[in-house]
Amino acid sequence: MRAWKSLLPFVLGLPVLWLIQLWAPPQIAIILVNIGVNVILAVSLNMVNGFTGQFSLGHAGFMAVGAYTAAKITLAFGESASVSPLVWNNGVFFIALLAGMGMAAFMGLLVGIPSLRLRGDYLAIVTLGFNEIIRVLIENMSWLGGATGISGVPPYTSLIWVGLGVLAAIVTARRLLLSTHGRALLAIREDEVAAEAMGVDTTGYKVRAFVLSAAFAGLGGGLLGHYILLVTPKSFTYVKSIEVVVMVVLGGMGSISGAVFAAVLLTSSLELLRGVDQYRMVIYSLLLVVLMLSRPTGLFGHREVWDFAKSWRRKRAEALS
Amino acid sequence: MNDEILRAESVTMEFGGLKALDAFNLALKPGELVGLIGPNGAGKTTAFNALSGVYAPTSGRVLLGAELVNGLKPHQVCRKGLARTFQNIRLFKALTVLDNVRVACHAHGHGPLWQSLALTAGHAGREQAMEERALELLEFMGLESRGDELAKNLPYGLQRRLEIARALATGPKVLCLDEPAAGMNATETTKLMTLIHDIRDKFKVAVLLIEHDMKLVMGISERLIVLDHGVTIASGPPEKVRRDPKVIEAYLGVQEAA
Amino acid sequence: MSEFLQHVVNGLSVGTIYALIALGYTMVYGVLRLINFAHGDVYMVGAFAAFYLAHALGVAENPTLGKTVVVFAGSMGICAALGYVIERLAYRPLRERPRLTSLITAIGISFLLEYGFQLPHWNGLPIEFPPGPTPRFFPELFQRVVWFEVGEVAISNYDVISLAVAIGLMLGLQFIVYRTKFGTAMRAVSFDPSIAGLMGIPVDRVISGTFALGSALAAAAALLVAISRPRIDPMMGMMPGLKAFVAAVFGGIGNVPGAMIGGLILGLSEEFVAGYAFSSYRDAIAFAILIIVLLVKPEGLFGRRTAEKV
Repeated sequence: MRAWKSLLPFVLGLPVLWLIQLWAPPQIAIILVNIGVNVILAVSLNMVNGFTGQFSLGHAGFMAVGAYTAAKITLAFGESASVSPLVWNNGVFFIALLAGMGMAAFMGLLVGIPSLRLRGDYLAIVTLGFNEIIRVLIENMSWLGGATGISGVPPYTSLIWVGLGVLAAIVTARRLLLSTHGRALLAIREDEVAAEAMGVDTTGYKVRAFVLSAAFAGLGGGLLGHYILLVTPKSFTYVKSIEVVVMVVLGGMGSISGAVFAAVLLTSSLELLRGVDQYRMVIYSLLLVVLMLSRPTGLFGHREVWDFAKSWRRKRAEALS
Repeated sequence: MNDEILRAESVTMEFGGLKALDAFNLALKPGELVGLIGPNGAGKTTAFNALSGVYAPTSGRVLLGAELVNGLKPHQVCRKGLARTFQNIRLFKALTVLDNVRVACHAHGHGPLWQSLALTAGHAGREQAMEERALELLEFMGLESRGDELAKNLPYGLQRRLEIARALATGPKVLCLDEPAAGMNATETTKLMTLIHDIRDKFKVAVLLIEHDMKLVMGISERLIVLDHGVTIASGPPEKVRRDPKVIEAYLGVQEAA
Repeated sequence: MSEFLQHVVNGLSVGTIYALIALGYTMVYGVLRLINFAHGDVYMVGAFAAFYLAHALGVAENPTLGKTVVVFAGSMGICAALGYVIERLAYRPLRERPRLTSLITAIGISFLLEYGFQLPHWNGLPIEFPPGPTPRFFPELFQRVVWFEVGEVAISNYDVISLAVAIGLMLGLQFIVYRTKFGTAMRAVSFDPSIAGLMGIPVDRVISGTFALGSALAAAAALLVAISRPRIDPMMGMMPGLKAFVAAVFGGIGNVPGAMIGGLILGLSEEFVAGYAFSSYRDAIAFAILIIVLLVKPEGLFGRRTAEKV
């Protein structure tokens, strides 16, 4: 019964995703995959930047780790002559994605343990530094294709996989937030000294949030790599990290639905503006500045979209009575 | 000797050559209510910080029960049974009142993270227990109707109460209260002092109470320790301390002159 | 030996550049506790300002000392104004907000400059602005001449003049910070802005002045780079900016002499590590240094350690 409840979102989601996959024409599918990957990235970065109040600028580094790990694995397994491709490819992809998440989580641990002792702006710069170090290291590894990267990655990413990834990220974030572990993270964001005094192992929890977040960045990277069929260090510079930060900041730090909303909004509007790619980063940066000056809590603040609906309904009820 | 719940042995805190706390000694028995008093800047909060793990003492030992706790981090000290409040209120402002207390319940067994993500039965049971415990504490502190409000929206006096509720939720054997009545008016203060007395009786905790106004703690404390410039200048029953010439000179004398 | 000497010369010339940029970071951090992420891009703007000025003056056809001075002063002035405007519009309204808000804004400004400069030219402007993504070539301000040789290392007038100008600017800054009224006010603000305000120091004006001063130094650094490596493009400020920040942290952020020494050490160590061992890791060296410094001695070489009050 419990196991059933635990898997319910996926069981319900799978047929819906399958229908979307059947329906979506290619040009829509591209947009949906991009949106999905960005949702995974934004929701996972939100665990660190939003829930825990730490400011990481290195999400793309963990994406890179996940993307390279997954690509290496699917390429190593190759195709099978005896097993049906449906089973083989998806089985291999599942293993590759899990391994990508695992490697990214491991890197998250390595990066997180030393850096999370630092606060605020220093943490931001150090995570950015790690991001760049990961990228430079990859560029210098010939077995990872150096600066040109790995091409010929098999096209395993489907809308179903992306959708399952999105569900996994959202479900994880939501369950985390509603548990005592999530409250511990929020307490760290609110007042680190008080959280520590109330028995919260602040360092341990920051690392946990960071590792979990890195794992999902790895998932995003793995999915993206098997969609664009190419993994290069250039896709994972700190510019990509900042793109994700913009989504989290726009949605409201700590709001899961806000992060989803912002990722969908930014990705789809920029996809529609294709051809004016040169304006993309200009728009992002302007948005960031204007947002900070006018509404630094983001669109939804710490709250969820439905909280607004609730308070709106309450206000209306009060007005009527 | 062995029935002491908290013991500080010549704990000294130095900051760049300045002794903020000099050879501080303390022995607290279970269920005792002791006042730690002294004029502003006497080293009371420094003593709290040294006891609760915020600072590692320069020298000396802190024992909680039979365990040596100096050098441990605050969250470890907390889990071993010492809870504290802060002089300048440090609530989790954007969290609800209930969540503030529930965070502190975290100190008691919170289970592994994966169980919360997989929604196992163990996780559900623990969450349920935490919520019940938190609601119980809110009720005891008279905050039961405020559970859903954000902590920052509470009136000042209730914020102080919430801090105490939060500290109690960690399940302490020793409760350290840092000027819990600061900023309150006379009626509120009297009520609070009664409440602190009740907390001691109900939760069977030893209470160490910081206060710079000596009169407040006279009534409820069994013993007083007086600090001045980091040095313990007197200790004993309130009546005796009050007549101690050193205390009158360093403390009451100053106050009367002011 | 001559290889070693060559690395020293290169390291010093890169190091003085880092030092000049780092000064801007460190001064701003001193007064505002803000990592002015856009500082590296102000440096880039400095290079382009000089580029446009040099073209307007016809430096390429007929370089003279007078024009060089005008280009220098002009681009420093333009950047000073830019620094002032950025502070005024983007950072000042956020001063009472959490520091992360300002940091995010700074990142926004940085990207706005980097990507804004990559946009195609606007019509109707006398100059080709924005310059677009393709690199431009900075005209020669004066002829490059080898002045003397040490072993096999040729020291040109560029090297000597760059070093002299950089040292001159640093000495000038040292004088401003420690010997003038403005410098005293700046140090007071960096010690405690609210108390400085109570003492009658015009805090807002001091902060504006600090931005202007730091930005002017960044423009000078950009010019010193551009005369010997004339390729300039809108992304050119990113890496030097980040590295100069590392230099500032290394020297102890908020500490003026620290930034200079940090810059020199960073330049030299980058040059030596890249020159002797791992050249393709050059860009990672600064970050590795940053991480080590922050973990081992977070207050830097000369910084003050601050503890949070409980």
